[in-house]
Amino acid sequence: MSNLLNVSPSPHVYGKETTRKLMLGVIIALVPALFASVFYFGYGAIIVTAVSVLSCVAFEYLIQRFVFRRQITINDFSAVVTGLLLAFNVPSNLPVFIIIIGAFVSIAIAKMTFGGLGNNPFNPALVGRVFMLISFPVQMTSWPVPKGFATGYLDAVTGATPLAIVKEGLKNGEPIQQLLAQIPTPARMFLGNMGGSMGEVAAAALILGGIYLLWKKIITWHVPVSVIGSIVIFTSILWLVNPEKNMDPVFHLLAGGVLLGAIFMATDYVTSPMNPRAMIIYGCGIGILTVIIRVWGAYPEGVSFAILIMNAFVPLMNAYIKPKRFGEVVKNG
Amino acid sequence: MKTFPKGGVHPPESKLTAGCPTEVLPLPKSVVIPVSQHIGAPANVIVSKGESVRTGQAIAEGKGFVSAFIHSSVSGKVSKIDTIIDTTGYRQTAVFIDVEGDEWIESIDRSEEIVTGISLSQEEIVKKCSASGIVGMGGATFPSHVKLTVPAGKKCDVLIINGVECEPYLTSDHRLMLERGEEVLIGTTILMKALNVTRALVGIESNKKDAIEHMTRLASAFQGITVCPLKVKYPQGAEKQLIRALIKREVPSGKLPLDVNSVVHNVGTAFAVYEAVQKNKPLFERIVTVTGKSLARPGNYLVRTGTPVSRLIEAAGGLPEDTGKILSGGPMMGKALANTEVPVVKGTSGIVVLPKSDSSRSKAGPCIRCARCVSVCPIGLEPYLLMTLSEKGLFEKAEQERITDCMECGSCSFECPASRPLLDYIRLGKSTVIRMARERVTKK
Repeated sequence: MSNLLNVSPSPHVYGKETTRKLMLGVIIALVPALFASVFYFGYGAIIVTAVSVLSCVAFEYLIQRFVFRRQITINDFSAVVTGLLLAFNVPSNLPVFIIIIGAFVSIAIAKMTFGGLGNNPFNPALVGRVFMLISFPVQMTSWPVPKGFATGYLDAVTGATPLAIVKEGLKNGEPIQQLLAQIPTPARMFLGNMGGSMGEVAAAALILGGIYLLWKKIITWHVPVSVIGSIVIFTSILWLVNPEKNMDPVFHLLAGGVLLGAIFMATDYVTSPMNPRAMIIYGCGIGILTVIIRVWGAYPEGVSFAILIMNAFVPLMNAYIKPKRFGEVVKNG
Repeated sequence: MKTFPKGGVHPPESKLTAGCPTEVLPLPKSVVIPVSQHIGAPANVIVSKGESVRTGQAIAEGKGFVSAFIHSSVSGKVSKIDTIIDTTGYRQTAVFIDVEGDEWIESIDRSEEIVTGISLSQEEIVKKCSASGIVGMGGATFPSHVKLTVPAGKKCDVLIINGVECEPYLTSDHRLMLERGEEVLIGTTILMKALNVTRALVGIESNKKDAIEHMTRLASAFQGITVCPLKVKYPQGAEKQLIRALIKREVPSGKLPLDVNSVVHNVGTAFAVYEAVQKNKPLFERIVTVTGKSLARPGNYLVRTGTPVSRLIEAAGGLPEDTGKILSGGPMMGKALANTEVPVVKGTSGIVVLPKSDSSRSKAGPCIRCARCVSVCPIGLEPYLLMTLSEKGLFEKAEQERITDCMECGSCSFECPASRPLLDYIRLGKSTVIRMARERVTKK
């Protein structure tokens, strides 16, 4: 036979999923939230997203081209996902140079120094965000008031986020009834009409994206459900014990980055655990830490810190929490 | 509908030949019959060069308990006894026979009549299976008489008949159930008698609706046999997964089905047992699915063992121009053949021809730690970790992570979005660990 045969070992058929398709799926799932942020914050949201995505991809390209001198893999779209998530985690009036610094920290420091895709212990977008938050605290905590395309970019009128209003108010001993009057209604918060990071405000859009991710089997329910579930349980307990000092669980879910974190950040493949048991522990850890930081910590919001702290435990969890093995159950026929 | 709960994948079914009735493949000019078509010791050749043999005559006898008899599949003259490379890629002894007609030994009942009454005793059935060279027809080819001999202290309360055929493309068991359903059920009854059980379950995946209906109808006339439809999921045909799906018992690591009081036999084996016990016919032919999207006439063929694979491909319309890979067995666990002159053996359930476009792998990317390999592993192992440990030569650690529990179903490699060669490295690690364990034993 002139025709040479391929004799590679089994399996001989493969699934259709590829890294690139999974990343594209995440990008599609982020589209509703992107539309929502443009709807609420106008040009600022477009500028921040474009700068963030382009600089993340550019840094990845440059590092692969001139430092690694290996194959360029920007077409796996993982840098695009990082760029989008980074943009979603900042206010829409953030100056361009800060975004570029954030993108550099995300890609160059948090991702590429560890060897690129698949090797970074911490979520790159969150490392970038926290770096910016600590380095540029003023710019990173001035939140534009959503007015659609009238919001403007650097000249946006800013106000406090619901979380900041509550944190500040409780610290000053204001009664909770008075604070409730200052924050948007749950319905308005669900739709995203409030101050905050540009991608985190619209709960409805984030949930839509989450449903898409679950439907396409890009993520499993374990992490988002355990993050959200533990936050609801923890804040419910606090609220029931002392409703005068603590906000209700609905507020905690809709305000700040819980949904963005639970659905898109904590589920990052690379930095989350490898089996369902560990995923649930990881998710609960994020939920509990978030509430602790929000209620007792110095910052009004704690999702980013909670995820990064739990990221650090992932290797430990992978080593000691094993999936349930077949044949381990006690058999009684 | 029942299925196993942990892991599993859904490869495209591609059962192109499900509607093709079995055709009898004409005899080839010569056959090559390997002496090791089963798990265990190779059989001892008992014929010599130049000797005339008849169809069904024993040409090699089982050596020891875990071994099997080999019978001639044709009548003719032994032209030589030499070594060949078999479908698994190993070199082994084989008997070459030039075909001269098709004269069967007289003891075989060649009538069409279905014999229902079982006259042999429990012991005689086991002996008959051994003398007839019956082995597991699902592909593992473990000698059946061994599985029918329940060791002292062990007990079997249910027989499971495997009609799952979860491998894509293959339809030989499907056709067998449709065409020889009654014989399969009589074979099942014989196996029940041999094992001294009153209950048998026939597991069939729900993608074979016609077979489920047909077998359910037939089974109503048989005592203790129930047909159970199963939700389609690969690897449901794996022994431990099938037991879990049907009777909710989990066979522990390193143990056998008998440790959870059950025995599993394939539908093909049940049919072979019927033929051996009721018709006195040793195992020398089987149904082989010859298939592939580029083949002109894919089909199911009744083939004598020893027939070269090339004859089957000819019957299916010849090897297409763009062929990139030829498989013995299904695409999930089958072996790629290096040439088409290898003979069909007892365990050859199918020949799958893949075009060039489907036969090469995508380039492997970095592991993105998506945990899909962990979630699809039916054993609950962590393929990504086993691969890394094998790659780095950390075999002691791999042993602790139970690399030897891997049954090589290929679900992890199938699922990996980065096309990583997970199973390849796990195989390397598994065989190294097994070798190390053997060396430990011999050192002591």
